[in-house]
Amino acid sequence: MKEYVMGNAAIALGALAAGVNLVSGYPGTPSSEIIETIAKHPHEGVHLEWSVNEKAALEVAAGAAYTGARTLVTMKQVGLNVASDPLMSLAYVGVKGGMVIVSADDPGPISSQTEQDTRRFADFARIPVFDPASPEEAYEMIQDAFEYSEKYRTPVLFRPTTRVCHAYASVEAADNMQPKAYEGFVKDSGKWVIFPRLSFANHAMIEGRNVQIGEDFSSYRFNTVEGQSSKKAVIASGVSYSYAREYLKDFPQIKFIRVATAYPLPESFLLKALEGVEEVLCLEELSPYLEEGLLKLAGKHHLELKVSGKLDGVMPHSGENNATQTAKILSAFLGTKPPQPGADLSDMPRLPVRPPVLCAGCPHRASFYAVKQAMKGKKSNFCGDIGCYTLGNAMPLDMVDTCLCMGAGITMAQGLYWMDKEAVNFAFAGDSTFFASGLTGVVNAVYNEADMILCILDNSTTAMTGHQPHPGTGRNMMGNVVDKVDIAKVLEGIGVKKILTVDPLDLKASVEAVEECSKMKGVKAIIFRSPCIAIAKTDKKCRISEKCITCKKCISQIGCPALITVNGNVTIDEGLCTGCGLCSQVCPVNAIGEA
Amino acid sequence: MEKDIMICGVGGQGTVLASKIIAAAAMQMGETVHSAETIGMAQRGGPVTSHVRIGERAYSPLIPLGNADMLLAFEPAEAVRNLQYLKKDGLVIVNRVATKPVTESLQETGYDGKEMLAYLQQKCDCLIVDANDLCRTLGSVRYFNIAILGVAAGTQRLGIEAETILKEIENRVPARFLEKNKAAFLAGLQLGKN
Repeated sequence: MKEYVMGNAAIALGALAAGVNLVSGYPGTPSSEIIETIAKHPHEGVHLEWSVNEKAALEVAAGAAYTGARTLVTMKQVGLNVASDPLMSLAYVGVKGGMVIVSADDPGPISSQTEQDTRRFADFARIPVFDPASPEEAYEMIQDAFEYSEKYRTPVLFRPTTRVCHAYASVEAADNMQPKAYEGFVKDSGKWVIFPRLSFANHAMIEGRNVQIGEDFSSYRFNTVEGQSSKKAVIASGVSYSYAREYLKDFPQIKFIRVATAYPLPESFLLKALEGVEEVLCLEELSPYLEEGLLKLAGKHHLELKVSGKLDGVMPHSGENNATQTAKILSAFLGTKPPQPGADLSDMPRLPVRPPVLCAGCPHRASFYAVKQAMKGKKSNFCGDIGCYTLGNAMPLDMVDTCLCMGAGITMAQGLYWMDKEAVNFAFAGDSTFFASGLTGVVNAVYNEADMILCILDNSTTAMTGHQPHPGTGRNMMGNVVDKVDIAKVLEGIGVKKILTVDPLDLKASVEAVEECSKMKGVKAIIFRSPCIAIAKTDKKCRISEKCITCKKCISQIGCPALITVNGNVTIDEGLCTGCGLCSQVCPVNAIGEA
Repeated sequence: MEKDIMICGVGGQGTVLASKIIAAAAMQMGETVHSAETIGMAQRGGPVTSHVRIGERAYSPLIPLGNADMLLAFEPAEAVRNLQYLKKDGLVIVNRVATKPVTESLQETGYDGKEMLAYLQQKCDCLIVDANDLCRTLGSVRYFNIAILGVAAGTQRLGIEAETILKEIENRVPARFLEKNKAAFLAGLQLGKN
């Protein structure tokens, strides 16, 4: 059946068509919709889970893959860092059933901390990587990826980028999707237990095998050559292929090479494709991975080949590519007609800046504000983390002093404490982040006797990536209601001495909780519990009465998008207001009440 | 048919549904369609864009600069922000009603969209519609995402028949909101024709 779907949905449907038996992953933009699509699609007989983090997801899949089952693991590129420990070892051990690890890269970056390149990880782990250029291709290619994985008994990486993940196209999806039959786990400790001897033997095997895979990839259907022989050729990978193709369709004489498998490099294919070519322009996003591969190839085979790309400054190192920039660079390289410049807009008026902010009524705003109030005039540090609440850095809250990676706030607060015991050191972590990578940091704090206050911003969901369930929500991806993992009990079990649970929308109680904790030694925790307003919809609204003295304290203190000024008067945008009531607790003259 | 249609606005205005309906309607006509959306952190009050590309020759999901046949702008400044995508003879349909940035109440810049609309009128073929007027009888400005599709169809420059779009609205909008959405579309259609 033909369906108009997002790239991530195409990947999900492709995996189902390949007979996947188990799917695991952790949410992260731009990868989250893969698992969500499988959840919405008929998938009887497939085990589906949001794992607690990417490392857990990969290990769950590894166990399943040892039985001969086909497994799909999904994450964003920084998630692959978390999963890298099992990945590096699994690369040595190998799998029985096909295992495809989707690691979605985010050039820009649009919603990420880094512009890292999963193809380098493939090279580092010595496993193949597939690089689709469009949703249509992703549907086909992920099925190929399962085949190659099984053929060579190795996990393989599949790396779409944002413009493949979040692009829409028509995909002809198979009607009949049955999970594959598999043998089951056959005990063989010589195979499944990683020991130095096995690693030594498999390391040599893998390097030999990768040469073979490079040969195999030389006839892979998505490594293609278009155009005629020319002295100047263009080589592209991923979505850059689509951008280049759009320009090169008017220049059919130009040789246009596409590499969908940057590792292992399809050497024979490239040597043949580059025959007679003197100069090649390399179009790719993130790192100059393919470009370096070409330079190595040229060196190894003494090719007289000038390679252009990021390394000689023709292509930018950072940011994502696009059709216009690609067309400009191509026209300069080929000496062809540059693309039509658009209208001259140099006289454009200054545009309003629209930074992303916490939603109106977001309970995180209230939590941050309570801590800020309680710590007024006291030396304190606020370690933030990954999630919606990173937006607590915006003015006027200004409550995020550091943000590094998932769970890091909890451990970084400890480092700050050891170097400055005068300050009160806070860590803010969301509920999903806490389960994903916060637990070990709390154990570290208790064990090493750090002094810190952990603020868990518990909104009962994984909000930033689209409201996925997690161990604290009492629901899982098999559609089951399960026991909630109780954050307070977990903290108690670890040995956190003071654990307070408050409703952040009760400002007075929240401030008191922070004050109480700040006077104590050791590891303290405050669970600020209030559901994400994007899920817990209410009809409640706040309204400003004539008592308002237009001091604008509400606006300047909490910065809620529902608080606006109209003709100098403070007004509540009822379309945005959720009636959280935080502003009414900030107002010095009690002018704000429930409508 | 070769058409590039860009939809832009501020997170929460319903641009994604509008783009999905255009894409589905074009597919009803047997066209090949590609599109792309803004998803992620930028959705929270930030500028959002949808690129809808109709036709065999569009390989990539993003419209090249200077290539959009039509720019459907849910907000004046967002129209200007994305004006570089418009073709020389392209058409901008823009909402007159400005959305102030959420930081506006903290640091007043006096932004009201008027300067943007004047700039658009000076630079391009531009149809200004007032979302508040258009949606007044419907009770909520939320229906503007469907109303603007009506305006676009009414201008006869979208390349897609109103009936085809209406059919997709019926397919995609939940039953309890359908009547209002249809009314919004028809109100827009009328406006676009005139």
